[in-house]
Amino acid sequence: MSDEYVLSQQFEITGGDFGNAGKTSTSIKEILKEIGIEPSIIIRASIALYESEMNIVMYAQRGKVFLNITPEKLHFKIEDQGPGIGNIELAMKEGFSTATDKMREMGFGAGMGLPNIKRNADRFEISSIPDKGTTLDITFCLNKTGSK
Amino acid sequence: MTLKEIKELLQAEIIVGENKLDIEITFAGGSDLMSDVLAFGKPGILLLTGLSNSQSVRTANIIDAKAIIYVRGKKPDAEGIELAREKGIPLLSTKLMMYATCGLLFSHGIPGVSDLSHIKQQ
Repeated sequence: MSDEYVLSQQFEITGGDFGNAGKTSTSIKEILKEIGIEPSIIIRASIALYESEMNIVMYAQRGKVFLNITPEKLHFKIEDQGPGIGNIELAMKEGFSTATDKMREMGFGAGMGLPNIKRNADRFEISSIPDKGTTLDITFCLNKTGSK
Repeated sequence: MTLKEIKELLQAEIIVGENKLDIEITFAGGSDLMSDVLAFGKPGILLLTGLSNSQSVRTANIIDAKAIIYVRGKKPDAEGIELAREKGIPLLSTKLMMYATCGLLFSHGIPGVSDLSHIKQQ
């Protein structure tokens, strides 16, 4: 990866804060639009990010999103402090969910999140330590140099 | 079909977007689960939902939905209304149930996001 960053920014997300859930993704979508990322990539990135943000709000105590954009790549590192995922293979299966009623009331928790993040990303990596937290690395390849 | 024609068909009330009723709607999808909308929705969709919290508007914004129609007489909360105004997403509300709303739109030529080509015609 080129270390010639176009943009590098960090965002904090508070677990359990359903009132503000999704605000970070909405803000980052605006940033991506402003710097002229291709619309089809913006949608895929926004979906992946929104799902990740909701996972932090629903399951973790807190989390951080590190946004890095280079001329070649759009990359999110999403780290949370939370219960972690005991069985990643199971969590990646569509329909598998440990959501509570409160999460379902918000319209989430159908067990689609992680598979949907993977489907939208060009590259997706997940690692987790039970009782510590989960880290996602989500990468999108940019065809152009960022400006349209 | 324009949003104005859809509003009349569904006898819907406009909550946000009085000035955007001339937008053209070409397909729609209905779900109360935003997880499913994020997984199966496509840009330009008319989103039908009974989920009235602000996540419905956030989801619509994330996937570039053209508008939201709340079914079963639901109305979005204040935060959802504010976000829709900010992002320019029209919000309407109909008293019809989800099934009737989808059926009416489908019978008036608005398809869903499903690929029906593998369904055998009787």
